[in-house]
Amino acid sequence: MEQPAYAIGLQYWLKKMGYPRLIIGGFLLVLFIMAPLTGSDLTTQFTNVVNRFSWNAVLVLAMVPMIHSGCGLNFGIPLGVLAGLLGGTLAIEMGFTGPMSFVMAIVVSTPFAILFGGGYGALLNKIKGGEMMVATYVGLSSVSFMCIMWLVIPYKHPSIVMAYTGVGLRNMFALDSFYAGVLADFLKIDLNPLGINLVIPTGSILFFALLAFLMWAFLHTKTGTAMTAVGSNPTFAKASGINVDRIRMLSVILSTWLGAVGVLVYQQGFGFVQLYTAPMNMTMPAVAAVLIGGASVNKASISNVVIGTILFQGLVTMTPTVITALIHTDVSEVIRIIVSNGMVVYALTRKTEGAK
Amino acid sequence: MKMKKSFNGFDFLQNNLVPLMFIIICVICYPLADLSPGHLLNEIVNRMGRNIFLILSLLIPIMAGMGLNFGMTLGAMAGQIALIFVTDWQIWGIPGVVLAMLLSIPLSVLLGLMCGKLMNMAKGREMILGYMMNYFVGGLYQLVVLFLMGSVIPIIHASVRLPRGFGIRTTVNLTSMRQCLDNLIAPRPYGVKIPVLNFIIIAVLCLFIIWFRRTKLGQDMRAVGQDMEVARAAGINVDRTRIISIIISTVFAGFGQIIYLQNLGNFATYTAHTQTGMFCIAALLVGGASVEKASIGNVFLGVILFHTMFIVAPRAGIAITGDAMIGEYFRVFVSYGVITLALVMYEIKKRRAKSQGGALLAQAQKEGGVQA
Repeated sequence: MEQPAYAIGLQYWLKKMGYPRLIIGGFLLVLFIMAPLTGSDLTTQFTNVVNRFSWNAVLVLAMVPMIHSGCGLNFGIPLGVLAGLLGGTLAIEMGFTGPMSFVMAIVVSTPFAILFGGGYGALLNKIKGGEMMVATYVGLSSVSFMCIMWLVIPYKHPSIVMAYTGVGLRNMFALDSFYAGVLADFLKIDLNPLGINLVIPTGSILFFALLAFLMWAFLHTKTGTAMTAVGSNPTFAKASGINVDRIRMLSVILSTWLGAVGVLVYQQGFGFVQLYTAPMNMTMPAVAAVLIGGASVNKASISNVVIGTILFQGLVTMTPTVITALIHTDVSEVIRIIVSNGMVVYALTRKTEGAK
Repeated sequence: MKMKKSFNGFDFLQNNLVPLMFIIICVICYPLADLSPGHLLNEIVNRMGRNIFLILSLLIPIMAGMGLNFGMTLGAMAGQIALIFVTDWQIWGIPGVVLAMLLSIPLSVLLGLMCGKLMNMAKGREMILGYMMNYFVGGLYQLVVLFLMGSVIPIIHASVRLPRGFGIRTTVNLTSMRQCLDNLIAPRPYGVKIPVLNFIIIAVLCLFIIWFRRTKLGQDMRAVGQDMEVARAAGINVDRTRIISIIISTVFAGFGQIIYLQNLGNFATYTAHTQTGMFCIAALLVGGASVEKASIGNVFLGVILFHTMFIVAPRAGIAITGDAMIGEYFRVFVSYGVITLALVMYEIKKRRAKSQGGALLAQAQKEGGVQA
């Protein structure tokens, strides 16, 4: 059957883009076009999307190492988030304030991330092939275990412990005098004095760009290439003398550490720390974002992270304002749930390339 | 050649680790909780009556080798939608329950069919897919119940609708249906209320499962569960068999949720189903089941142990630490922990079996036992 050249070209691009990405991208474009019609300011929308991107991008980046090494989607990201929370709360407990508390939060969370990631990686090495289900439950059980710990660890700092009893941490506390906005305010572009509601958190975006660049560079080193080899064909990797278990462990630790840093970046943008069961809600947005960006269960790149986070956060921020203004009902939250989880289901049903 | 299995203490310990752990937790916590035996027994019998049906719905997919059916929540949602309609039509008592069950069947079949088809596309990843289906179909459920009911789907009574005119209120009241099954025949020997009708329904389902295992379809499912390739070679339609097992499970889960909710007397429209899957699966695993093997005995033992822990843990938590939340978190942690442990053990076992198979084959080849 002969096909004209342009049709083949079109099919190639459709395949390369992936239908979900096209549909969501198109939907977002329609929303952007309709936004002024509903009376919402385009620059406000843009600000929202960019800000939410800057909060979430690092968490989404944390998906990449584990996907690369063939461990599948990191449903165990709450483990990294917990390391980050421990780092953040301990840094505050030690009395650090301002930008220093952010640096210390990352420093303190690192050993926890290595410890948690090491244990988690060792476990995942024992159960190759069934990582995702176990990862989900490792995440859930560690979060519920830490729920007990937040009450038991003897924190003392008055601005983070429960107001009346002084025992146990609060559900949520503000970071105003600690690391709220430390990255976002660095070189911030704020056009509000000119009457345009446009704020770009340059520092956060630069920080993400730095991490993304380091990740890209790492994936092109010898170890990084080995990681990709392990992910695409473990038998071949083993035959060429790569220590598969060690590489997988490294990828899990990296993922966990990025999760820890990611949640700290999220908190500095959001301005609050959420404890107890909150880390459970960090998994799905990150997983869905990287999948919407065009990643699959065993393939992900930095561009997937960037595109996915923009599309997903665009969906999160644009749908409420535009759809609510159009039909006067708040179905946006439901649409978001269906789209993001539908994406994950779709990704799981696709055949994966390479041997498992 | 069949060798008689000798009793091996270590193997026994390994295979029954979780139930033994739970017995120890319960024995430690019970005196601390300071509950009268009558009260505890009453609670456990009540919970057995309302939970066992739900947990039994997990057995058939395990038989078909599809693991723990995290997608059972889909059936629970179907049951809830049926209950919303029945409440709106104000059909009360046992006719209401029966009608709700009948109404839930087409919905459950549809959802089960969808879930089964997707699981066939993701062989080897059924559990994580079922788990994600909860969230995905949960979104669809919200769309239907919160936005379409009352605006597109007719809802007659304002008491069921949200004040804005469409969508269902956050709590659906089943007062006139409350415990109608439990109370129909309820003798109270020694102050312990026994919901006989519930147990009769459960017994019927148990008999059905035992009978079903012996039918052609049941045998096919076991064959598929053992080895899909061999089953296919034997002429079994593997995909169809797997879909049927999920549909049966979903339908039973819908019935189970209706029985469960009529006992409680009301339900939170948007959250009642979310924990169903987790608690049922945890209870089944506590009873000594694993991902590939579960029996009716596991279900009963699991319900008793899991719910004893559930009742005593918060009170024991208060007694030990003085903080009610710690016991509360502890039981959630234990539920998740048990599932994690079972999943890890299953995966390790699967890998070991695989590598053993490989080693045996290699040895056989070395000895020239396998002809090329």
